Amino acid sequence: MRTTITVNGEARSLDLDPRTTLLDALREHLKLTGAKKGCDHGQCGACTVLVNGVRINSCLSLAVAHDGDEVVSIEGVGTVEKLHPVQQAFLTHDAFQCGYCTPGQICSTLGMLQELEAGWPSQETPPGSKPAFTDAEIRERMSGNICRCSAYPQIVAAIKQAAETLA
Amino acid sequence: MRPFTYERAKDAQAAVKAAVETPGSRFIAGGTNLLDLMKLEIEAPQHLIDVGRLPMSAIEDADGGLRIGAAATNSQVAADPRVRARYPVLSEAIVAGGSPQLRNKASVAGNLLQRTRCAYFYDTSKPCNKRQPGAGCAALEGLNRNAAIFGASHACIATHTSDMAVALVALEARVETLTPSGEARAFPLLELHRLPGETPHVETHLIPGELITAVVLPPPPKGGQAYRKVRDRASYAGGLASVAVAGGNLALGMVAHKPWRAVEAEAALATGASPAEAIANELEGASPLGRNDFKIPLVARLATAAIGEARERTA
Repeated sequence: MRTTITVNGEARSLDLDPRTTLLDALREHLKLTGAKKGCDHGQCGACTVLVNGVRINSCLSLAVAHDGDEVVSIEGVGTVEKLHPVQQAFLTHDAFQCGYCTPGQICSTLGMLQELEAGWPSQETPPGSKPAFTDAEIRERMSGNICRCSAYPQIVAAIKQAAETLA
Repeated sequence: MRPFTYERAKDAQAAVKAAVETPGSRFIAGGTNLLDLMKLEIEAPQHLIDVGRLPMSAIEDADGGLRIGAAATNSQVAADPRVRARYPVLSEAIVAGGSPQLRNKASVAGNLLQRTRCAYFYDTSKPCNKRQPGAGCAALEGLNRNAAIFGASHACIATHTSDMAVALVALEARVETLTPSGEARAFPLLELHRLPGETPHVETHLIPGELITAVVLPPPPKGGQAYRKVRDRASYAGGLASVAVAGGNLALGMVAHKPWRAVEAEAALATGASPAEAIANELEGASPLGRNDFKIPLVARLATAAIGEARERTA
């Protein structure tokens, strides 16, 4: 099926088997291998990308269903010369060991900070209140991104610093 | 994944028509559950009708309550200021389920129609009457600590795992649909899901090809609301049991093949019984299997705590 998706600002037209997930379209067809295939079942978050500004698991989404959508993967977040503040914060705080989950962690962070800014609740948010930018909120909101090296304390530190830089 | 064809429906009527005319078709919106099952070949639709882009994602005021479009995302509903202010139990239940990425994609109707997480349903090397009617149930004698304690049958002991649906049942939500003949109908959400009986593969009372178009909330009942859930991890795990309280209404999750309205407990509460006495009344009707016996004291404590919390919020 002919499918056109804007990926990192550039319209890309692909002829796809309907079975192709958004993750496979990015990795296998567009050779954008930043988003990772960890579990391929929406459990690990390594495939997280932003679709129309919202973070989703690209492994649990058919590419043909994203015809006309705007996708941002880690390749569209910053450049080697000019890292995005979230990328820089992950480096500064050593917020990874093997790095496999990191592209997903960073894309997820970008989506998460917008959700927090918009006042979306999590299970850590007291009923009726605006969510606060606490460690508990960050941990809960990042629970869809698993890090098997367990760099979680550094990831929380990196996110806090990135949010300050972006504020 | 088995091959399939795909179409994006133009409107709800066209979607229903396509479903009737195309054998082996399924509706897809967020796809977070369906695609997972298709990868495992537990689901193998021949044709997908994408209803995720239909103009059915608005949340609108309706007769003192709210009409929530079937294609609204779980995140959208949980964050809606009207939902948070007037139906906090719904917002709390939604954010207790899945991960943010899943909630950003999953639709309201898809959440209601998600399949069970019973390990034997997922394990294609084991018999399961849901996957293959008549094959038998490996969970009956298996590792069934998360099995149903209410309404199960010898054919199936799986549970419905939605958090959102538990809150919606406590709020006495109604479901609006478009039937295969193109007519609109509406009925209580409590009547959407079936108990397993002899046909656990038939999970709802929907007519084949019928499309859920909205969930309608009546004005909130008088009294406080609360949602409590217990699971094996603090976040991002299916539940062992949950309780939704909305005024005098009480619903239990992950204890039956459908969201379980605790009518015995409600009746006891209405006549002045204490929360602990009321939930004990309900649990008299439970049939645990051994490994899931723990759900009895768990539900008792959880419901007592949730009713107490809801009452504090009223005050």
